[in-house]
Amino acid sequence: MARLIAKSPLAGHGAKTVGSVTVEEVDLGALTSVAPFKGQDKACSDLMKAAHGMALPAPNRATGKEGARAIWFGRGMALLCGPEPDAKLASYAAVTDQSDAWTVVSVSGADTVEVLARMIPIDLRAATFKRGHTARTMIQHMTGSITRVGPDRFLIMVFRSMADTLMHDLETAMESIAARR
Amino acid sequence: MRLRCPICGSRDRREFYYQGAAVMLDRPAPDAGEAAWDDYLHLRENSAGDVDELWSHDGGCGAWLVVTRNVSTHEIKAVRLASDVKEASA
Repeated sequence: MARLIAKSPLAGHGAKTVGSVTVEEVDLGALTSVAPFKGQDKACSDLMKAAHGMALPAPNRATGKEGARAIWFGRGMALLCGPEPDAKLASYAAVTDQSDAWTVVSVSGADTVEVLARMIPIDLRAATFKRGHTARTMIQHMTGSITRVGPDRFLIMVFRSMADTLMHDLETAMESIAARR
Repeated sequence: MRLRCPICGSRDRREFYYQGAAVMLDRPAPDAGEAAWDDYLHLRENSAGDVDELWSHDGGCGAWLVVTRNVSTHEIKAVRLASDVKEASA
C-alpha cells in the first residue's frame, strides 16, 4: 500500500497571537465517540474509570485531565480524547473512531472570553462556565464543542472541513478585540 | 426567542431547527389503512393558542424536543425531550 502522509486539519497554520490571545492547533491523540447503550451508562462509566481514569461525563461537563479527557459531546454521547479506547467498552457502548474528523484548537490569553463572546451565543464568563464545563453550541455558523480547560484557556472543536473557516473567524474576532484595547 | 433545552439549558433560537406539529410522534400502525396514513402525513390542525411542536436542537446536543408554544403570542409554555413524551404516552 502507498505510504500516505498524515496531515493535521490546520497543518501549515501555526500558532497565531493577536493582542493577548493565542490560538493554536492541539493534537489530543485518538478521538473516540462513546455512546452508551440504553441502561448501560453506569457500567460504561465504571469501565471508563477503571481503564482510562475518568468517569463518563454528565451533560455539559468534561472529566479527566490533560492527555486523557472525556468530553460530553451531545445527547447520550461522550468523546474520549487521548487514549486508545479499551476494547471492552464496545460491550456497553457504541464506540466509533473520530480521530481525523475534528479540528481542535486551544484559545488562551487574558481576553479569550471577550474574543469568544463575538462568536459563541452562550455565557462563557468564569462565573457561569467554569473549568470542566463544556457545551455543544454554535461557533459563528458552525456547530461545535467548547470546553474550558483553564482560567483563560478553552478547547474548541469543529468538523475538520471547517478548519480554515474557524481560524479565519477566530482571527477576525481577535483583531477586533485587540484593536479596541 | 429562546428555548430552554432540558439538557443544555436556555439557548438562542438559531441553535434549533423547527420540524412541525408533534403529531408526528403518533405514528399509525403499518396496516392502519389509507385514511389514517393520509391524515398522519398530510392533514394538520391550524389552531390558535397552545400547540405542541417538534424542534431539533441540532446546533447543540442533538435532542428532539416537544415544545409547547402559544402560536398567537409566541410564549413558550414547556420544553420536554421527545423521548420522554413518547415513553410517557406508551
